[in-house]
Amino acid sequence: MIGLCDCNNFFVSCERLFNPALEGRPVIVVGSNDGCVVARSNEAKALGIKMSQPLFQIRDLVARHRVTTISSNLTLYGDISQRIMATLRREIPSIEIYSIDEAFLDLSGVEEQELHALARRVVERVRRDIGMPVSVGIAPTKTLAKVATDLCKRYPKLRSVCVMRREEDIAKVMHSYPVRDVWGIGRRSTAMLGSYNITTAEQFRNAPKGWISAKMGVVGLRIWRELWGESCIKIDNTPSARQSIMVSRSFRHEIEDVESLSRTIATFASQTCEKLRRQHSLAAQVEVFIRTNPHREDHPQHNVERVGMLSTPTDSTLEIVKMATAMLRELFFKGYKYKRAGVVLSNITPNQGVQRSMFDTIERDKHKALMETMDRLNQEMGRGAIVVGAQGEGVAPSRKENSSPNYTTSWEDIISVKV
Amino acid sequence: MNRESQLNIYTPEMEDGTGQPMAQSSVSAGFPSPAEDNFGVKLDLNRELVRNPASTFYARVSGVSMVDEGIDDGDLLVIDKSVEPYDGALAVCFIDGEFTLKRFLDRGDHALLMPANSRYEPIRVSAESDFRVWGVVQYLIKRM
Repeated sequence: MIGLCDCNNFFVSCERLFNPALEGRPVIVVGSNDGCVVARSNEAKALGIKMSQPLFQIRDLVARHRVTTISSNLTLYGDISQRIMATLRREIPSIEIYSIDEAFLDLSGVEEQELHALARRVVERVRRDIGMPVSVGIAPTKTLAKVATDLCKRYPKLRSVCVMRREEDIAKVMHSYPVRDVWGIGRRSTAMLGSYNITTAEQFRNAPKGWISAKMGVVGLRIWRELWGESCIKIDNTPSARQSIMVSRSFRHEIEDVESLSRTIATFASQTCEKLRRQHSLAAQVEVFIRTNPHREDHPQHNVERVGMLSTPTDSTLEIVKMATAMLRELFFKGYKYKRAGVVLSNITPNQGVQRSMFDTIERDKHKALMETMDRLNQEMGRGAIVVGAQGEGVAPSRKENSSPNYTTSWEDIISVKV
Repeated sequence: MNRESQLNIYTPEMEDGTGQPMAQSSVSAGFPSPAEDNFGVKLDLNRELVRNPASTFYARVSGVSMVDEGIDDGDLLVIDKSVEPYDGALAVCFIDGEFTLKRFLDRGDHALLMPANSRYEPIRVSAESDFRVWGVVQYLIKRM
């Protein structure tokens, strides 16, 4: 059996954790740069506020219902996420972190009649230890576990736990479950299926295997099998396989010149390296992406990415910044207004016993000493005190207006308790 | 012995504080120091004060209602949310829109939040109050 533990309205719940007065009130979290809704409390959902909606479209609604609007604070959410994953691992040894607020649980060794009690214990423990409301769905496959977790959110009387084990239980759910909400069924597939009057998961399951395969290929067939209880997507609990480190932002003002964008990419690259060194790891792959504004259909669009491999895994800011900015210059085209960019490090391995490439010409020990000094000074004097030349000056961002303090990662920001 | 022939080995300071220090006495041929076997682990305050890192949070004291227990303005609290609130616990509570630190007394049908300063009254927690125990204080850290 496979479980899925999913945090309820994760970003909103993180905010409520340090500001319990927000409980029971409509709250939304908006992306700190683009101003689109990234999380909603149940009360905000009930007002009809949609995911990804730009804040300017709902100003009236927000004012009328006094909806609390908070800018996202990814530092805080990342820390809470790590705490949740660590807590899950204490209950279930094998988990796959699927996203910042979801983890699949490998329950293969657990007796079937104990599943419900285990799920209940997980929900209560995460609630007590961290203060985070979560839902746990259990089923024979990942796709069905997703459905089970979704049911927890639709039906409060399940009290955040849903075990969907027997085929007759699954069939009953499939009967009314919308096929568009099935994991992996996108907008295009929904439209295609709709044109054949397939709108529920039951109708999808009852379609002949060959038809699904012809219309939707191997991916569609895999969803079909998973809905029939045949596990096709295994739990991936190898920590390195999914691991990547990303820093990306949307810009308040679009960037049109290569020098500014290059400084931005250098800053992002340098932040990914800091994270990499903090977890004592090395990366062998660097990806740079740049994006224009998808909401401006009147502007020409240019969305490209480039992946570069390093012959020797590294954690050196100098090397990675050099590579990332070089890739950016290949990607950049004059005449586009870039709205978003990012740097992703992957192929991450622990920093020990690295095999050096035969043609390695970099003085790794010197780099290492330099990076240690840089990290120490940035820690002592504040982030951005020491940067590499490519980052330019004054790029260290200050905290955004309206976002919550870093309650768990900055001594200046820990909660104050009135005594 | 010629001092220049000594080789001193030190270990880098590990960020997570769990690194094993290597032998620090000089390496030379001859009888090894019996203390070598105990080169062991450094004392790590994190390990002593934080039993469960995932559920431990810090907070700063602001105010004087607990001074008789030696809890002063500016002190640092180490709070473990995984500890069930017990009768008499020093607890960070959330009541009617604010965090507060008090002794939590469980009286069955109601709870009392006890200050430690004669100028403050106990707070009676009724069923109507918006109240919860946020976490139990495990340590108080004070700058002397």
